[in-house]
Amino acid sequence: MNVIEFNGVWKKFRKGERFNSLRDRIPNLLRKKNPANNGMLNDKEFWALKNVSFQVKNGDVLGLIGANGAGKSTALKLLSRIMNPTKGEIKIEGRLSALIEVTAGFHNELTGRENIYLNGTIMGMTKKEIDSKFDKIVDFSGIAEFIDTPVKRYSSGMYSRLGFSVAAHMDPDILLVDEVLAVGDIAFQAKCAQKMRELLNSGTTIMLVSHNLPLIQNLCKRVILLNKGEIIKEGTPDEVIPYYQNIVYGKQEEELKKRILSDSDKVAINTDSLVNISDVLLYNGELKHKTEFRIGEPISIKLNYEAKERIENPIFTIDVIRADGVLCCSSNTKDDNFAIASIDGRGAIDINLGNLNLAPATYFAKISIWDKEMVHPYVIRKNDVFRIQAGGCSGEIKAVFIPEVKWKTTT
Amino acid sequence: MFKEVIKYRDLLFMLTLRDIRIRYKQAAMGFLWAIFMPIVAILAGIIVKKVMAVMSGKPIDSSGILAIAIKVIPWTFFVSSIKFSVQSLVGNANLVTKIYFPREVLPLASIFACLFDLLIAGIALAVILIFTHIGATVYLLWLPVLLIFLVLFTAGLGLFLASANLFYRDIKYVVEIILMFGIFFTPVFYDANMFGNWQTLLLINPIGSILEAINSIVILHKMPNTFWLAYAGITSFAVFILGMEVFHKSEPLFAENI
Repeated sequence: MNVIEFNGVWKKFRKGERFNSLRDRIPNLLRKKNPANNGMLNDKEFWALKNVSFQVKNGDVLGLIGANGAGKSTALKLLSRIMNPTKGEIKIEGRLSALIEVTAGFHNELTGRENIYLNGTIMGMTKKEIDSKFDKIVDFSGIAEFIDTPVKRYSSGMYSRLGFSVAAHMDPDILLVDEVLAVGDIAFQAKCAQKMRELLNSGTTIMLVSHNLPLIQNLCKRVILLNKGEIIKEGTPDEVIPYYQNIVYGKQEEELKKRILSDSDKVAINTDSLVNISDVLLYNGELKHKTEFRIGEPISIKLNYEAKERIENPIFTIDVIRADGVLCCSSNTKDDNFAIASIDGRGAIDINLGNLNLAPATYFAKISIWDKEMVHPYVIRKNDVFRIQAGGCSGEIKAVFIPEVKWKTTT
Repeated sequence: MFKEVIKYRDLLFMLTLRDIRIRYKQAAMGFLWAIFMPIVAILAGIIVKKVMAVMSGKPIDSSGILAIAIKVIPWTFFVSSIKFSVQSLVGNANLVTKIYFPREVLPLASIFACLFDLLIAGIALAVILIFTHIGATVYLLWLPVLLIFLVLFTAGLGLFLASANLFYRDIKYVVEIILMFGIFFTPVFYDANMFGNWQTLLLINPIGSILEAINSIVILHKMPNTFWLAYAGITSFAVFILGMEVFHKSEPLFAENI
């Protein structure tokens, strides 16, 4: 049985300033008003969700992932009926509750006890229900000592723990979760995880929005990937997550390129150095420029240089740097005992990095040419961006390398 | 729309309690707060009465002062209810944009919290009335009915203004100005019949006809004017239904327009 149904849901938002006072509105009434058009956009509007359809069956755990602004929160807000869709329909069966903004109902002047009742009823519980769960809620939050203290005196951790405790005791049929599991210290997080597992086992339908990919991987049976308001992939976590990572890395690559471009504009003044790197080629096997590599694919770099004067014993270095600045590997001709007597005029160097086994992410190559003592660089070039594609591997990878490990059991 | 509010009645109760608690917790005066505004208004009324007495050469009678007291209390209820309910949606923006519940409970809770003040002030006044040996008649049975009219009218207007203020933020200022001078356009410090044929103008305002009716049953021991009583009842119900309707229709737009 489907407990959640999204049928062709569209949601339109406006950007920019709008009229929100009579003073602005009254003069505008005199002007001719545009007829209201549901299906069309004017220049100040955009679609936050475009024709989104999906179903969630009873007891399913569905993950919703996507970059910022993909429409995840809009989907949750439509589900929890805070907003209505512009077009399409949403069906919900059963009691729905949301682990979103769990402290929104708190009032600073009231005590913890008063706030449990207030927040509980705001979330849809009855007073009787809270009466019966009160001790459990207080116990779960672990702040029994301070229950009669106004919450404005609470630490931020206590504050959100209390909010989470109330929300976690609602026993809903459908639970919406939006990035709230990272509340409190390790002990409390363990409690939360335990509570989630209880809910999972009790057959609650859960919709989970998170950027925490290992969590999605562990909990969800099905994942939907949203991008710019559209569902672009739906399936098991193993299918969808790499797809998502590629989108993220793609964005990262764009940003990195932009940053490098603006950087190279700044240093363009001292281009009259003795050597210039005129052209860099990233390739594998065939001599063709590539920016996307698979994990474990050999990477070679060919660089063309042009020396205006004769340079004795130059040293070439190559660094591979991840988008976030981590230096992944570094080599130079000196340490590798590859002596170059001198360069003059045009020439080319080929660097075979071999199987680097870099993890999926965006990287750039930093190539530089130094004098023989490695004191003064003639030229530094770092605008060659490449990307290792995610594929088949699980979760978010924090490691730099993915070596080809052979596992076996021995006695 | 009524069904949902009834389903969330515990929330309505909790929000009312929240508003009352906050008001009485923060104010050093505590429960005196409930009678503070009526006392100031009554003092103002006595000055107006005194001026009128000097002009006409007749002394003030005690029933005139009691009439002011009995009308000021429902009037202050009306004023503070509207004031709080106009703000109730915008002031709880974090709830409106984040959690689903029938939004009607927000203005209704602020009105109920003011009703609590009315109750306290009403009890205080009742004690005074007992000491002045004003006496009671069977007409007092109309009092709860009139209070229901008053609450319905206030709630309808409050719901309407709360949603209007969400879309147009300057509604609040317009309302404040009207409320500030409203006391001169409503028979609070004086009686409508002092205006002779012009009294219709004052009684068209349902608050005016309700106040006059309360005055006539409590102080004058008379059956209120049937026509204006019926008028007050019908308009109160109509305003309430209309307010609920407008509120309910605009409710889905709240979260994105706040």
